[in-house]
Amino acid sequence: MSVGSDVSTALPAVPPEPDMVQLLTPEGVRVEHPDYPLDIPDDEIKALYRDLVLVRRIDTEAIALQRQGELGLWASCLGQEGAQVGAGRALRKQDMSFPTYREHGVAWCQNVDPLVLLGMFRGTNLGGWNPADNNFNLYTIVIGAQTLHAAGYAMGVVRDGAVGTGDPERDTAVLAFFGDGASSQGDVNESFVWAAADNLPIVYFCQNNQWAISAPVTTQSRVPISRRSSGFGFPGVRIDGNDVLASLAVTRKALDQARGGQGPTLIEAFTYRMNPHTTSDDPTRYRLAAETETWKLRDPIERVRAYLAREVGVEHSFFEAIDRESEAMAEHVRAGCRALPDPEPLSAFDHVHAEMTDELREQRDAFAAYLASFEEASA
Amino acid sequence: MSPIMLAKALNEGLRRSLEDDPKVIIMGEDVGKLGGVFRVTDGLQKDFGEARVFDTPLAESGIIGTAVGLAIRGYRPVCEIQFDGFVYPGFDQIVSQVAKMHNRSNGQLKMPITIRIPYGGGIGAVEHHSESPEAYFAHTAGLKVVTCSNPSDAYWMIQQAIKSDDPVIFFEPKRRYWVKGEVADEPDPLHRARIARPGRDATVVAYGPMVATALESATAAEKDGHDLEVIDLRSISPIDTATVVESVKRTGRLVIVHEASVSHGVGAELAARVQEKAFYSLEAPVLRVGGFDTPYPASRLEEEWLPNVDRILDAVDRSLEY
Repeated sequence: MSVGSDVSTALPAVPPEPDMVQLLTPEGVRVEHPDYPLDIPDDEIKALYRDLVLVRRIDTEAIALQRQGELGLWASCLGQEGAQVGAGRALRKQDMSFPTYREHGVAWCQNVDPLVLLGMFRGTNLGGWNPADNNFNLYTIVIGAQTLHAAGYAMGVVRDGAVGTGDPERDTAVLAFFGDGASSQGDVNESFVWAAADNLPIVYFCQNNQWAISAPVTTQSRVPISRRSSGFGFPGVRIDGNDVLASLAVTRKALDQARGGQGPTLIEAFTYRMNPHTTSDDPTRYRLAAETETWKLRDPIERVRAYLAREVGVEHSFFEAIDRESEAMAEHVRAGCRALPDPEPLSAFDHVHAEMTDELREQRDAFAAYLASFEEASA
Repeated sequence: MSPIMLAKALNEGLRRSLEDDPKVIIMGEDVGKLGGVFRVTDGLQKDFGEARVFDTPLAESGIIGTAVGLAIRGYRPVCEIQFDGFVYPGFDQIVSQVAKMHNRSNGQLKMPITIRIPYGGGIGAVEHHSESPEAYFAHTAGLKVVTCSNPSDAYWMIQQAIKSDDPVIFFEPKRRYWVKGEVADEPDPLHRARIARPGRDATVVAYGPMVATALESATAAEKDGHDLEVIDLRSISPIDTATVVESVKRTGRLVIVHEASVSHGVGAELAARVQEKAFYSLEAPVLRVGGFDTPYPASRLEEEWLPNVDRILDAVDRSLEY
C-alpha cells in the first residue's frame, strides 16, 4: 500500500455474500437445500403460521399500548417473526435459551405468557420471571452480555454430562440470541472463544436486522456476520431470516449437533427490523422509507400464508380462525397489561440480596416510616 | 492447626469448600496446573479434577459472564481475577449482571458467585498490580464486599463467601499472603467487624492489608502513652457500623485507614455514618489516612504513597490534639 493512499480505495471490496439458506421463497414457493432437508408436515407449517400471526399481533398490541401510555417503551420484533419462531420451535424442552430484549417470538414458542414480558416495558418490574420456568432467560439489555451467560450455562451442561449421551431427553443445547450490533461487543467475541475452546453445546443465533438503532450493519462488519465464526474455529451459516422454515431447519440441525457433542454453530439470520429500534426511536432520521418498502415484499408471514393457500389448499376458514384467535390474544394483552399491579414502594428492597443486610433493612424501615408519616398526616 | 500462611489458609478454605459442595468450581487464569500466580489454588486441580478447577481463556468479562451462566445452571463458581487492576474488563458483568440478576428475577435466580481479587500494593509491582478498587464494588447494590487481614479470617471467610447465596467480592491482601498465623476453631460472622486491639483513647479502623499496619501503629503509640483501639472492618459492604459506632462512643475519636485513594472511598462512607450516629460523642473530626488522589505511583514511590505507621500516628496525634 502506498503511503498516503486513500483509505476508502485501500480497502478491498466486501466479498460477495454467501448464498443464504432458503426453504420458502418470498413468493411462497417451497425450495430444497441440499444441506438442510426439511421433512415437515403441512399441519406443522400451519402451526408455524399461527405462531407468526399471534406473535405479530402481540407485538402490534404492545406498540398500541405504548402509544396509549400503558407501556413506557416497546422493542418491536416486526419483520423478525420468521427468524424467531423458526429458532424457537427448534428447541427441545430441556434446551435453554438466552434472549436479548426483542425475542418476543422465542418467548412465545417457550410458552411465556406475553403479559410476563410486559412488566419491564410497563415499569412494574425489571423482568421478574424465573428462567427455569420456561427455559427462557431474562431479557438482557446490555448488548451481548447474555452470550457469555449462555456459554457458562453450556459449561454447566457439559459438567452435568448432558451432552452426547445419545439420550434425546437428556442431551441439552443452549441457544444464544444477539444482533448485528452485538457482534462488535467484546462479550460476544469472548463467548465465541469460550465456545470454541471447550467445544460447548451452544448455537449462536444472530438476527442481523440491518440496523443497530441508527447504525447500519456495515458499521459493525466488513464481512457477513456468519463468517465471523470461522476465525474462532466453528461453522457459520447465513439464512434467509424471513423464512421460518429455513430458520427452523438450520437451527434444528445446529442444535442437534450441539447436543450430540459436535460443538457450536453461528447462525446469521438475515432479516430486517421493520419498526423503529424502540417506540422512542425515529428511523426517518437515518434510513429511507424505500428500504423498508423493499423488505415488506419479503414478509415472513405472507410467504407462509401464500404457500398454505396456494400449495396446500388450506381453506379460508383456517386463516379466519387464527385472526379471531389473534384478536382474543390482543384483548388478553390489552386487559392484562392494564391490570398489571404497580409495585409497592417498599418492594424495591425485597430482592437486592438473597439475604438482606442489616443496613439495607435499616434504610427500608426508615423509608417505610417516612411514607407512613404521610398516611398519618392525611388520616 | 499449626500457624499457616494467609495464602495457604485460603487454599485450605477453598479445598474445604470443594469437598463440602460438589457444585463449587474454581475458574480463572492460571488457577489450574500453575495453582495461581500466588499459588492460592495450588494442588486443587490435581485433587478435584479439570472439570472443577480450570483455566479459562484470558478474558475477565468472559470469566465473570460464564460464571453467571454456570450459576444459572446451579453451580457455585469461585472466580479468580489475577490482579486488582485486571478486574475492569469484567466490571460490566459484575455490576450489571452478577449484582442485579437476583433483583431482576424478582428473587428467583441466585448468584452465589465469589470473585477473588488479590489487591493492594507494597510488593514493588508494575502498574495495575497494586490497586484498591473496593469502593467501586461497595457502591453497587447487590454485591457484598469483604476482605480478610489474617490467615484465620482467610480460611473461614472464603468458605463463608462461597456458601453465601449472594455474590461476594473477596479482596485478598496480596502483600500479606505470606504472613503466618493460627486459624481459629470457629468463624466470626462474615459481615461483622472485629476489635483487633481494644483501647481507650482513639479508634483506628482499617481492613485488609492495613490492619497489620494499624496494629503496628497502636504498638508504637503505646510509647507515647496513647491507647488505640484497632478495628478490623472485615466487611466493606455491608459495613458493621454498629461496632464502629460503639467504639467511637467510648473513644470519641476516629481515624480510618485504607490504601485506596481517600476521596469517595470507604472511609468517606464510614465517616458519614459515624457522624450521623455518634455526633455528640465525637471529640474531634473523623480523619482519613489513605492513598492520595493520584494513580497508584511507580513502585519506588509506593512506600511514601501508602499509609504507614508514621502517617497513621500523625493523624492520631492530630485527632488527640484537636
